[in-house]
Amino acid sequence: MSRRRAGAVLALVLFLGPAMAATGVDANGQIEDRALQARFETITKELRCLVCQNESIADSNAELAGDLRRQVTEMLLAGKSDDAIFHYMTDRYGEFVRFNPPLEGKTVLIWGAPFFMLLLGAFIVFRIARQRSHMPLDDEPSTDTR
Amino acid sequence: MWKFLLPFAAFVALAVLFAFGLNPNRDIHALPSPLIGKPAPAFALSDLLDPAHAVSNKSLEGQVYVLNVWATWCVPCREEHPALLAISQQHVVPIIGLNWKDQRERAREWLQQLGNPYQAVAFDGDGRAAIDWGVYGAPETYLVDGHGRVIYKFISPMTQEVWDREFMPRIEAARRGGA
Repeated sequence: MSRRRAGAVLALVLFLGPAMAATGVDANGQIEDRALQARFETITKELRCLVCQNESIADSNAELAGDLRRQVTEMLLAGKSDDAIFHYMTDRYGEFVRFNPPLEGKTVLIWGAPFFMLLLGAFIVFRIARQRSHMPLDDEPSTDTR
Repeated sequence: MWKFLLPFAAFVALAVLFAFGLNPNRDIHALPSPLIGKPAPAFALSDLLDPAHAVSNKSLEGQVYVLNVWATWCVPCREEHPALLAISQQHVVPIIGLNWKDQRERAREWLQQLGNPYQAVAFDGDGRAAIDWGVYGAPETYLVDGHGRVIYKFISPMTQEVWDREFMPRIEAARRGGA
């Protein structure tokens, strides 16, 4: 490498290095801190895109999803906890933005319903089985005819 | 006894569920705003028409006002525009515009061509104020009372009927409530 080229590279590093470190986001839009990027991915998969309601903001191409991803990135870089980020979103868009609503007073029904249905089904099956066990079996010859 | 009551109870429960869930007047995509009853998020953005100026909802404190979210890329916004103009000429409350993720030039042209119903328009180019308000589609119209609380949110194009039915009674109530 010529001295001039080395100088150019050094200048580039000196010039771009701090700029990149300042934003904390690399050229591909990924957060440079791997741990933060991993959290970014889980959080954005957990948040519903409000425009196209069955996509997460991680998958959606909607403008609003992009804005919300930017918001998540900025909050992560600012050192905010996952809880703080989810709170920020639910304060603005309601519980509906979360694909996985937390277990609390008003969501007990959502979380409890499947177990309730399972118990109800088990109860019905049990009742039917017990009733049938009192009935005579079809292939057993009845005592009174022969 | 149980044999009759149980199916009957199940029927009633389903009937209530369907009456609510299959109601054709209910928009399944409309989401209740968690902002209702809460203080209106503060914003201070540059004025669409005069970038040197700031538009802030702080200066509206103590007043009942309407915030209308619009953009030139939003087709239903064009649809509601005549209604907004007519409502603004009734001079009931100030209507503040929030120009959401738009281009200044286009938005200005729009107001020049179609008329300006807004007392002031805040230019939210990067959509940050809109996130604070929980905006997820335009047009959206918010009503803020004299205590600075959001009391109503309407999603869809504004019409005179909606204004008379949903907004006027709330505005009057807010004013009677000492605000």
